[in-house]
Amino acid sequence: MNDQSPTLNVAEIRKDFPILQQRQNDKRLVFLDSGASSQHPVSVLDAMDDFYRESYANVHRGVYQLAERATNGYELGRKKVAKFIGAPNADAVIFTKNATEAINVVAGSWGRANLGPGDAVVLTIMEHHANIVPWQMLAEEKGFEIRWVPLGADGHLDLTDLDRLLDGAKLFAFTAMSNVLGTITPAKELVAAAHAKGALALVDACQAVPHFPVDVVDLDADFVVFSGHKMLGPSGIGVLWGKPEILDAMPPFLGGGGMILNVTTEGFVPDGLPGKFEAGTPPIAEAVGLGAAVDYLDNLGMDNVARHEAELTAYALRTLPAQVGEQLTIHGPSEPAMRGGVLSLTLADVHAHDISQMLDEYAVCIRPGHHCAKPLMRHLGINATARASLYIYNDTDDIDALAAALIAARDFFAF
Amino acid sequence: MSGLEDLYREIILDHYRSPRNKGELETPPAHRTEGFNPLCGDEIVVYVNADNGSIDDIKIGGQGCSISQSSASMMSAAVKGKTIQEARDITAAFKAMMSIHATDIGGDGSEGADATDGPAELDLGDLEALRGVVKFPVRIKCATLSWNTLNQALDEVAAATQ
Repeated sequence: MNDQSPTLNVAEIRKDFPILQQRQNDKRLVFLDSGASSQHPVSVLDAMDDFYRESYANVHRGVYQLAERATNGYELGRKKVAKFIGAPNADAVIFTKNATEAINVVAGSWGRANLGPGDAVVLTIMEHHANIVPWQMLAEEKGFEIRWVPLGADGHLDLTDLDRLLDGAKLFAFTAMSNVLGTITPAKELVAAAHAKGALALVDACQAVPHFPVDVVDLDADFVVFSGHKMLGPSGIGVLWGKPEILDAMPPFLGGGGMILNVTTEGFVPDGLPGKFEAGTPPIAEAVGLGAAVDYLDNLGMDNVARHEAELTAYALRTLPAQVGEQLTIHGPSEPAMRGGVLSLTLADVHAHDISQMLDEYAVCIRPGHHCAKPLMRHLGINATARASLYIYNDTDDIDALAAALIAARDFFAF
Repeated sequence: MSGLEDLYREIILDHYRSPRNKGELETPPAHRTEGFNPLCGDEIVVYVNADNGSIDDIKIGGQGCSISQSSASMMSAAVKGKTIQEARDITAAFKAMMSIHATDIGGDGSEGADATDGPAELDLGDLEALRGVVKFPVRIKCATLSWNTLNQALDEVAAATQ
């Protein structure tokens, strides 16, 4: 950590977020649930509001001026996202409903066309259900094997047997950062390991793209998925980026309007990218909002975002146990450099639901539960954690507020 | 913190800290049913000996928050030794107490769906302490988990003995 580096001016950033101005129980609202969904700067809200007021129409259809402005707004959102992740070709940025749908597109299209008995897909034990269940559903249908990369020491993946697990596999699908443990995986290395064995690599970048620089060319993954609502954008839009030659070779996923070149009574001819994977009316204003979110993050600088969160995470790892005491466990890597700002907490035997109920009294918003990662929770031997997740509008005051509320929960429940 | 004290009444914390009828029963003769709250991952296991028309014994396993655990503990104490019909009536009365009226925004009424199946005016005793949960709609599913699991267990016992 370099104390001389410019970090984020959180006080100024907070002014951009109307929702964070409110008070609850006469306390400042402390929002620590951005890992589930982040809040929106006024620039995103205005961009969507202006679009609905002045430029809304369906896209890729009408020839009137409104329709053209709407199409331009939608496609500008795509170009901004492409630039943000270093994608040379914006047509390889597919807008989906969310990251879950993006993975389902890969499973339902590429997977259904390429996987069968004798094949294998490799996942890690720390995947979100979104990167597990689509493969399990397809495995039931197609009869391929799912193999699991286990958890090793200090919240990191155990990569000892990775090469053996990848032997004969057709796909390695893994998270770039655990939404439970905050573990940042060596994504580039994992992609290279998959490629060395002839497998494709899918990176779940839901907790990565919002928090640190991601360059899809440098990463060299075949598919990268993430959601708009975890990166200051609206809900209802997610992204599937894929290598154009792979996306081109894949059959369509959903059928309908907008994804065809021609339809006759005998059949259809699918459109090219990105239309082939965007059947029906897409999330139009959402793409405009996501474009504005990308502008906001670009303006801050993703290196600064990453540094800010690393500093704040280090502060939390240092101060929370000191303040709350030994009953507090922070799961995941102990070394701040190896993790992002996701803090999964357990407090002696106090259930996460009870912790978050008490935290709500203190206007501290965190998330209790299994975080859609039940295989990982089972592996850790816990049912639920209380998860605080950090973002650009959080600062050390928020961590201190979390500590005070955790102390209250400890004193109320622990025995 | 008046709201929280409505939720976490002393008797609830007592049942949480010292759960009644915690453990397992041998199956068979006991019947074992699992209940899940998919939102939080809580799991409740209900073991009942109810082959003779009454709940001769009941044990509760699994893990969960203070509300789900205390509700399960109180449930086990309330129905143990009762006839199956009495247990069903207590369950219906408890679920009626936990119901959010369907007209409330955000409530789908599903928790109270069978509220009219039994007499809602039963004296619920200690269970009344859980009334405060209704003010915290997210937690209603915690409070009803063990009761729904008991209902399912009794349904399964009835189906098996027919």
